Amino acid sequence: MTSPAAIPTAAPASSAAPALEIQGLWKSFGELRVLRGIDLTVAEHEVVCLIGSSGSGKSTLLRCVNLLEPIDAGRIVVEGREITAKDVDVNVIRRRIGIVFQSFNLFPHMSVLRNVSLAPRKVLGMTRKDAEADAMTLLERFGLADKRAEFPDRLSGGQQQRVAIVRALAMHPDLLLLDEITSALDPELVAEVLDVIRELARGGMTMVIATHEMGFARDIANRVCFLDQGQILEQGTPQEIFTSPGQPRTRQFLERILEAGRL
Amino acid sequence: MTSSGGGLLPAGDASSLRQSGPPPPRPRIDRTAVKSSSIALVSSVIFFSLLAFVVVHAPGWPEVKAQFFDSHWFWYSLPEVWGAFFQNIQLFLIAEVLILILALLIAVLRSLPGPVFFPLRLLATIYADVFRAIPGLLIVTLLGFGIPGLGIDGVPTDPFPYAVIALTLVYSAYVSEVYRAGIESIHPSQEAAARSLGLSRIQSLRYVILPQAVRRVIPPLLNDFIGLQKDTILVSYIGVVEAFRESSIIAAAKFNSTPYVALALIFLVITIPLARFTDWLVASDRRRFLASAR
Repeated sequence: MTSPAAIPTAAPASSAAPALEIQGLWKSFGELRVLRGIDLTVAEHEVVCLIGSSGSGKSTLLRCVNLLEPIDAGRIVVEGREITAKDVDVNVIRRRIGIVFQSFNLFPHMSVLRNVSLAPRKVLGMTRKDAEADAMTLLERFGLADKRAEFPDRLSGGQQQRVAIVRALAMHPDLLLLDEITSALDPELVAEVLDVIRELARGGMTMVIATHEMGFARDIANRVCFLDQGQILEQGTPQEIFTSPGQPRTRQFLERILEAGRL
Repeated sequence: MTSSGGGLLPAGDASSLRQSGPPPPRPRIDRTAVKSSSIALVSSVIFFSLLAFVVVHAPGWPEVKAQFFDSHWFWYSLPEVWGAFFQNIQLFLIAEVLILILALLIAVLRSLPGPVFFPLRLLATIYADVFRAIPGLLIVTLLGFGIPGLGIDGVPTDPFPYAVIALTLVYSAYVSEVYRAGIESIHPSQEAAARSLGLSRIQSLRYVILPQAVRRVIPPLLNDFIGLQKDTILVSYIGVVEAFRESSIIAAAKFNSTPYVALALIFLVITIPLARFTDWLVASDRRRFLASAR
């Protein structure tokens, strides 16, 4: 049930290093142990969904992978390179790992186009012209080209989150982390954001997605991990997890979700 | 008072917009508003007449009037004082630019995280504490008399540079606190978003945090600059011939204090528009905040 060998990946299993490998990751906030020995391997082009109740450690795990939170113990290896080593430049690592937050976190004092093109210009050193052309290509792809001159507070929540996704994509990351990106949205705006993620999955983007949208996780994930009290209690294909979970806690969680009408 | 005043009453106007059949009622004069403004007018007239009456009938009024409100000496001193006021304006403008730069530097130093930057944070904190604790006039005096007193070669003896330095040091301490409040008011998620895109700490500060923080603190900054404008007269003490010094020279020579009143009027005319502008900015900022909060 928990064997990673059973993962159906979109890409042929090659001898190349996995996109992401987490080994024995521990993280505490003061007395609170949020992550307690997480092991997780994500292959290239794989889409992994993290499910579990609030406080189970999903968001913290993603923030640790992006080095936004320092870890207490363990290793995180991205494409064969340990990013938790002492001598790595976090700014270089973060260019290759995109993250999208629940609360969008767009820069309110910049237009959509500047939001998207800022990091390519300042971090990758692209010229304004190139960065903006690239940003426009992405905005067009996700139906946001006509919003390029708008400021974030003029957009709907769904549009803001799509811009935030495009902003992360503008760095052309190898790995995209999505942290409950639909939780702050009105229900009718959720679909447009999830469609973007589906499109990215079709394009082969490697993604780790923390989500409460079980239907979406079932559709899109190659593998689903159930987190409980800072541990990956169970993982497997969506089929396995959603129809015949092995652990009582997983079953209990899914039953509660079912009662709430979210599956 | 008519149509635009009525627009403040949402209920009447909103419903009239939706009426399709009969023509909307003509905008009415808002009787409550008229009534309260007439009361305000009448009570103000009575209050200020009373105040004027008390002052004018005070036993010492004739002497005070001759000493402070002499029209001859007023028109005699006004051009002189106004001419010297340019020195204040010059001082203000130079100090203002230096303050904006120095204070920002101090605020940024104080916001640097991590134990490595502790000495810098400490230094910036001590600076802000010291220069907010000592009265401005003392700083002006100590610098203005102390440094030229050292007699070091090449150190200017003209008081003007010391005036600029003293005001810059004092006001940068206040303004750095204003900047810092602005920096701290920006939610940490903004920095997280910037850092997650690969921007360095300095780049996040420069492109994401500071532009938002500075925008937020413009009204309190302007308030501090109103204070600075007035405090430019402190430097008269170390011999800069600015407007206050000029007023006292004339007052001493002519045995009449009207030049001070002339200077007070100049300050009123210069400062009130800036104060009004600041209030307007604060109010419109608040409106925008309420609008975006919906």
